[in-house]
This record gives sequence, C-alpha cells and structure tokens, in this order.
Amino acid sequence: MRSVEVHSPKRRWTEKRKESLAGYIFVSPFFILFAIFGLFPMLFSFYLGFQKWNGLGEMEYVGFQNFVFVMKDPVFWKALSNTIIIGVLGTVPQLIVGIFLAFALNSALVKFQSAFRAAFFLPYVTSTVAVAIIFGVIFSNQDFGLANVFINAIGLDGVNWQTNEWGVKIAIAVMVFWRWLGYNTIIYLAGMQGIPNDLYEAATIDGATVWQKIRFITIPMLKPIIIFTVFLSTIGSLQLFTEPLVFLGGSMREEGITVVLYLWREAFSNMAFGTASASAIILFFIIIIFATVNSLLVNKLSK
Amino acid sequence: MSNILSKIGLYTVLIIGAFLSVFPFYWMFVMATNHNSVINRVPPAYLPGSELVTNFKNVLSNIDFFGAMWNSLLVSSLTTFGVLFLCSIAGFAFAKFHFKGKNVLFGLLLITMMVPPQLGLIPQYYIITQLGWLNDLKAVIVPGLIDAFGIFWMRQYIASNVPDELMDSAKIDGCSSFRIYWNITVPIILPAFATLAIIKFMYMWNDFLWPLVVLRDESVQTIQIAIRGLMNAYVKDNGMILSGTFWATVPLVLIFLIFNRFFIKSLTQGAVKS
Repeated sequence: MRSVEVHSPKRRWTEKRKESLAGYIFVSPFFILFAIFGLFPMLFSFYLGFQKWNGLGEMEYVGFQNFVFVMKDPVFWKALSNTIIIGVLGTVPQLIVGIFLAFALNSALVKFQSAFRAAFFLPYVTSTVAVAIIFGVIFSNQDFGLANVFINAIGLDGVNWQTNEWGVKIAIAVMVFWRWLGYNTIIYLAGMQGIPNDLYEAATIDGATVWQKIRFITIPMLKPIIIFTVFLSTIGSLQLFTEPLVFLGGSMREEGITVVLYLWREAFSNMAFGTASASAIILFFIIIIFATVNSLLVNKLSK
Repeated sequence: MSNILSKIGLYTVLIIGAFLSVFPFYWMFVMATNHNSVINRVPPAYLPGSELVTNFKNVLSNIDFFGAMWNSLLVSSLTTFGVLFLCSIAGFAFAKFHFKGKNVLFGLLLITMMVPPQLGLIPQYYIITQLGWLNDLKAVIVPGLIDAFGIFWMRQYIASNVPDELMDSAKIDGCSSFRIYWNITVPIILPAFATLAIIKFMYMWNDFLWPLVVLRDESVQTIQIAIRGLMNAYVKDNGMILSGTFWATVPLVLIFLIFNRFFIKSLTQGAVKS
C-alpha cells in the first residue's frame, strides 16, 4: 500500500510528460512544414517590402520607397478601383438573389428540392479557369458571342466586352456571380431551415406579404450567416485573379487589372519582388479593413 | 387561388435559377461539338454538332491532356491524403493532449487562417527556387499540406466525437498514444475525413495561381494550367478550347452529380461551422 502511494505521483508525472511529448510529436510534422512554407514566407514578405530585389541578385534596403512607388503608381489605383467595382457588381447582387432563391427553395411547397439544390450548386464545382473560358466565349467582342447575339436581338449594338471599360468589369462580375450564387444560396438555405416555421405562420395570419416575411423574419434571423457570407465574399473578391487573367489573356489590359494581377505582374513580369511584396502587404491591410468594415456595416443594416 | 399563384411564382424563380446555373454547361458542350466556323458565325450554332471527336483530337495535338489530368490527380490526391493525416493527428493532439504552448500554437493557426495567401506568395516562390523544386510537382504538393482549416476542423470534430473515457480506458490497457490515434480515433472520425477530403481535393484540383507560378514546364502542368494554355494556341479555335475545357470539367461534375448531397453538405457545412 505504501509503495503505491509513493509511486503514484511519480507515475502520474511521467504520464504527464509522456502526454506532452506525444502532443509535441503529433503536431510537429505540421508545424515544421508550416514554419517553412507558411509562417516564414508571411514574415519574410514584410522584410522584402523594404528591399529592392530582382529575385536573383543582391537585395538592397530602400526604406519605404517600394510603398511610395506603389501608392504613386496610377495602375495600382486603377487595379484597386477595378477590384472594388467588380467585387461590388459580382457579390452584392449575388447575395441578394441568393437570399431570394434560398427563400423560394425553403418553401414547403417545393418538390424536387434536392434536384434544384444540385443544379444551383453545380457552378461551384466548376474550376474558375473553366468558368472564365466559357464566359470568355459568351462575352466575346465579336457578334457571334452569345452576349452580343442577345444584345443585337433586342436591337442594340454589340459591346466590345474584352476592351470596353464597363464591358470587362460586367463580364468578370458575371463569372463571379455565376460561380458563387449557388454556394451562397445553399448556405442561406441551411440557415433558413433553422428558423422555426411558426414565425412565418404567425406572420401569414397577420397578413404579412412575402417581402415583409423576408425583411422582418428571414433577414434578422439569418444575420450571423449573412455576415459570414459578406466576410467571405469580401475577402474573395479582393483576391480576384484567375478570371481577369484568363479572360484578358497576357495583354493585362488596364480595364480589368486587379490588385493580385498587379502584384503578380510586378513579381513575375517585371521581376520587381520588392514592389510586389509591398503591394502584397498593402493588399493585406486593405483586406483587413474591408472585411471588418463590411461585416460591421451588414451587422448594422440587418438589425 | 393565391396558393396556386404563389406556387407558379415560386417555380418560375427556381426554374430560371436552375436554367441559368446549368445553361453554361450546355453551351460548353455545344461549342465542344461544333466546328470553329459554325461557332464563329452569326447566329452561332445552338445545338450540339458532330465534331466531338475531331475537337478533342485537336486538343490532344496542342497539349498533353492526359498527362495534365494525371498531374492534377497526383497532386490533388497526394495532398489530400497528406492533409488528412497531418491535420487529424495534430487536431487529435490539440483536442486531447495537454502540453505547454498548445494554446499559443493553436491561436497562431487561427490568425494565419485570416491572412490572404498572396502575402506569402513571393517568399514561397523564392523558397521553391532555392530548393530546386521549380517545375516539380513537389512545389505544389508540399506547401499544399499546410491546411490550418483542416486542423481546426479536425480538432472540433475530435473534441466533440471522441469520448475521453474511451481514451482513458485505452491508456489503462497500455495503448500508446499513436495507437489511441490510429486504432480508436481514426475509425470514429471517418466522416470528418470525408468532408475534409472533398474540400481539399476540390481546392487542389481547381487551384490556379500557385501552380501557374511554380509549374511552368509543360510536362508538369496541372489540367487548369493546361486548358488555359489552349487559349494561346496559334489559331484560336473555340471548338478545340471548349472541348478541352469540357473534358477537364466532366470528371468532377460527374462525381458531384453522383454524390451531390454529400458534396453540398461537406462544402457548405465545413464553411458554416467554422
């Protein structure tokens, strides 16, 4: 009996040590990789932002010059305004239509719900490159492009989608809209299924219209999910890259250049790794600011 | 009466939505099966044509289509298996073990989940060149193994699905920590594996920016880079370009249609829960 009493604290102690040793061993493969390919690159970016470097030769410390260069570069501001315009055009209608579609899907009257769900979700499974290629042909400058066929049919002149200031933005926004609409719809639907039906029934008895039900029951109840989708969409649209690159090709026309395209071009066409890193850092702060502001805004608006 | 009207309204909205979601796939098929001259006339062809095989042959003469599909499959599946292992074992440690610095490490992960991947792009590229991994599939696979969301997801799942009593009794029976992970935890968390696998595989299969930066040689290109390359062919043949895009899209779409309920649940739940 006595020997056990003497033994057990020591045993427990070694148990504890064994446990923490196992903990370290289990997390270490991930964290070693993370340190090399995740954490270090992020931190090193902040260092590179203050260097002049072409990727091969010596680095040269230049202070804030890279940041000044980017902030004074009209193309950067063009890229930022393009990104924001395309982001607004592509996501605001998407989230609004998504709520309506989800509301319709959630109605008890609907049959074939899972078929509709699958159809809406299909675009999300398609790769962004494929989306950009398909819509690139639909939004062709020529008259045989489906968008222009449609526009000509209603008696208007075709649009040069790939060169027109607004044409480029609308075409890219349509790609974003199409690929993400179903995804957000399904997320809203999942949220709506958690709203108790009695609320709608009570509203119906009180004579509420569909619009009033959406405005005063669905939207307030969905608030956390709406904030989540706005947050994700904000981050996603500020990182827009693939659609404009594939749609506009190597020409990198200014009508459609986005912030990440600007960064990519600085690094891999101009071999200016310092200014590219500076623009990555600027983008990082832009994303933080926009994601916070938009989430707060939605939080206020949907009260 | 109003019930019938609202039913009609409801179905009109849903059918328009479904039509717009599916139509681009139809249009892609129409173009993939028509000759370029038929696509490029006014009005264009609205129905599938007979050039299915010819267009695909043209794809094969422009890019190494099957090679690129194989590269994508290799990259996506190896990364997915790697992530399942690394994230579940680390998530297990975070959920069930006590060790110093655990909360700091986990907090670090949560913070980096918020950081846009572009921030580290240039140093990552530099590291890859220093390792001599440029034009090597490793350049995509190894960094792809880092998945902060995966650890977060696994930790949550393990914490709420693997009972502590089960672990304690296994410990008393003399099971090593690894055996508790492998023989007890893994069988319980298979559903979490399936969800994470779908999210990760799809992400890797569709990824574009990073493979574009590190896989430049044609022999190592993934399918996304390869089909984008079709647009640079000397003669711009839309039938050929859309044929390549169509056949690159079909496999994932088919898998999705078969398992669509599970896909939808995985891809949205993973997002909502975090």
